[in-house]
Amino acid sequence: MWQQREADQLHVIDEPTLAATGQDGLTVVTPKGDWTAAFARELEALVGARTAAPTSPPARIDMKGVGRLDTYGAWLIVRLARVLGSPGAPADIADIPEHFSALMAEMGATNRTPVEQPPRTNVLTDGLAAVGRSVADLARESLVFTNMLGAVCLSLLGVVLRPRQFRLISAVHHIDRVAWQAVPIVLLITFLIGGIVAQQGFFHFRKFGADEYVVDMVGILVLRELGVLIVAIMVAGRSGSSYTAELGSMKMREEIDALRTMGIDPVNVLLLPRILALVIGLPLLTFLGSMAALYGGGLVAWLYGGMSPEIFIARLKDAISVTHFKVGMIKAPFMALAIGVVACVEGLKVQGSAESLGLQTTNSVVKSIFLVILLDGLFAIFFASIGM
Amino acid sequence: MTGQGEQLAIRAEDLVVGFGARLVLDRLSLEVRRGEVLGLVGGSGSGKSVLLRSIIGLLPKRAGRIEVMGVDLDRVPDRERRAVERRWGILFQQGALFSSLSALENVAFPMREHLRLSDRLRSEVALAKLEMVGLSVADANKLPAELSGGMVKRVALARALALDPDIVFLDEPTSGLDPIAAGDFDDLIKTLQQTLGLTVFMVTHDLDSLASVCDRVAALAGGKVIAVGPLAEVMAVEHPWIEAYFKGKRGRALGRAVLHMGT
Ligand SMILES: Nc1ncnc2c1ncn2[C@@H]1O[C@H](COP(=O)(O)OP(=O)(O)OP(=O)(O)O)[C@@H](O)[C@H]1O
Ligand SMILES: [Mg+2]
Repeated sequence: MWQQREADQLHVIDEPTLAATGQDGLTVVTPKGDWTAAFARELEALVGARTAAPTSPPARIDMKGVGRLDTYGAWLIVRLARVLGSPGAPADIADIPEHFSALMAEMGATNRTPVEQPPRTNVLTDGLAAVGRSVADLARESLVFTNMLGAVCLSLLGVVLRPRQFRLISAVHHIDRVAWQAVPIVLLITFLIGGIVAQQGFFHFRKFGADEYVVDMVGILVLRELGVLIVAIMVAGRSGSSYTAELGSMKMREEIDALRTMGIDPVNVLLLPRILALVIGLPLLTFLGSMAALYGGGLVAWLYGGMSPEIFIARLKDAISVTHFKVGMIKAPFMALAIGVVACVEGLKVQGSAESLGLQTTNSVVKSIFLVILLDGLFAIFFASIGM
Repeated sequence: MTGQGEQLAIRAEDLVVGFGARLVLDRLSLEVRRGEVLGLVGGSGSGKSVLLRSIIGLLPKRAGRIEVMGVDLDRVPDRERRAVERRWGILFQQGALFSSLSALENVAFPMREHLRLSDRLRSEVALAKLEMVGLSVADANKLPAELSGGMVKRVALARALALDPDIVFLDEPTSGLDPIAAGDFDDLIKTLQQTLGLTVFMVTHDLDSLASVCDRVAALAGGKVIAVGPLAEVMAVEHPWIEAYFKGKRGRALGRAVLHMGT
């Protein structure tokens, strides 16, 4: 063993060769030199050329001259033997040096059946199939969504009947994460949005001398739509994605199965506290966000529009009513529910791979933002028809 | 021409590794010779995985020196470091397969990165490696999440062997394998060691592996190597942990077998 390694180190690089000679009806193929991965390209070419040249079987491979061998070279020799022989009876490999014999035996036992390749498909039919599948998926997905909504409601009912089952600490922890820790960024963004809307208002309304209506626009837009929408989209991106990633990696490591086998309902322990935290947190954030947006609007009105804060506040009082405020706030918990349920559904869909975790997280954010906007539209129709 | 350093595959000297206030390895020294199979034993939590991870440079050390193939990895430029890294293969305790690649692609991955091979040769050799570790063609296209625990171990071993490395680090390779598979695995390691001159650094609790493939055994306790040498010698060392380990209910049978082999 030892000496051999030593010899290996002294061994200078020895280009591999492959010669063939005919001896009374028998083709003798003699590989020589280093049959190692470093020469893989050359070796493949040598073996390929030998295979292409028509040899009349029977053939024999004489390995006496092989200086170094690793699994790559060994496999190529085995491959050559199989090609030179007839199916089921590879050509003889003779004179295998003692210390290579075990490796040659190992390699000789491999690759007897090729890996099956996925069947080739037609681009057109594939495309059509994908369209069909996504329609079917849409139906299935709304079913899964409804199912999860039902499970969460059931779990909520259970908690109402037996309040001791509620995971209060977990819920508080999640409220801290999704609401309290989100306050600074939500305030900042809504403040900026309020300011931008006001600035645009002044810039364009001034042409018609309608400066004063900027306050109406900012007030109504922020309270009814912008406040809740911006905050919901931010929460979907910030908390929905983290719910999906958390639940997904728990699913990957079988933590959720472990909970189930202990007779604990994952909906109760993992999902309900998270979703409730969103349902409580999002209205609070919406309120704070709307106030910050109005503040931003007022500040811009003062600094850019030249409207003093007193006038701004007085106009605001005339322009808005509690109804506008209510319209915004009523939407918030429903959007929170949609975000939470989508995040949980997507998290539980994660399969074993890291790629699927990323995919579901993206899906979760995209779908929950879509649902938030869809809900907003439905609410707009609803409020219009009841005259709010 | 070959000095002491040349003959050693791994040399760790006065190695200190710890987390926070706790020292896991405390001035540990260990040498692994080229071409040998060294088995590392120690209680659960004694720091075997930590030692393995510090040798391959995944954990920072507080003091000491580590040389692999005569190269001190802390003191060489990146290029040389990478050259050494190409010459080792690692089997992590949990497999650490790439979850979005199939078993075959996992094995082919290091080949794709480091060798110039045609697609055909790469997939053939990758399949050959999978078959060498006892997987069937039917499993080659499965994703890691679809493999059983023992199959994950085997794919991880095949990946560790993908580049025909000079050293392989194996962290509990036979745990999770059935006894027949574990025996096959031992044979495979022996074959590769003999044909490719492989050096094997193996953490194992498998007493049969220790007896059948390991040339030497090192025992780790209290952050130090308390004994190193052929299994029979290590078993004879008087140390409470060694006595408990080898003379426990399971160890006794092995003891008889080893003595039997000796006579
Ligand atoms: N990243 C880490 N941070 C803190 N402590 C760690 C870390 N990794 C390991 N340890 C501690 O180091 C000690 C040794 O751990 P190690 O994983 O090496 O054990 P082991 O000997 O491999 O055990 P086993 O046979 O169970 O695998 C343990 O006490 C462990 O808690
Ligand atoms: Mg370990």
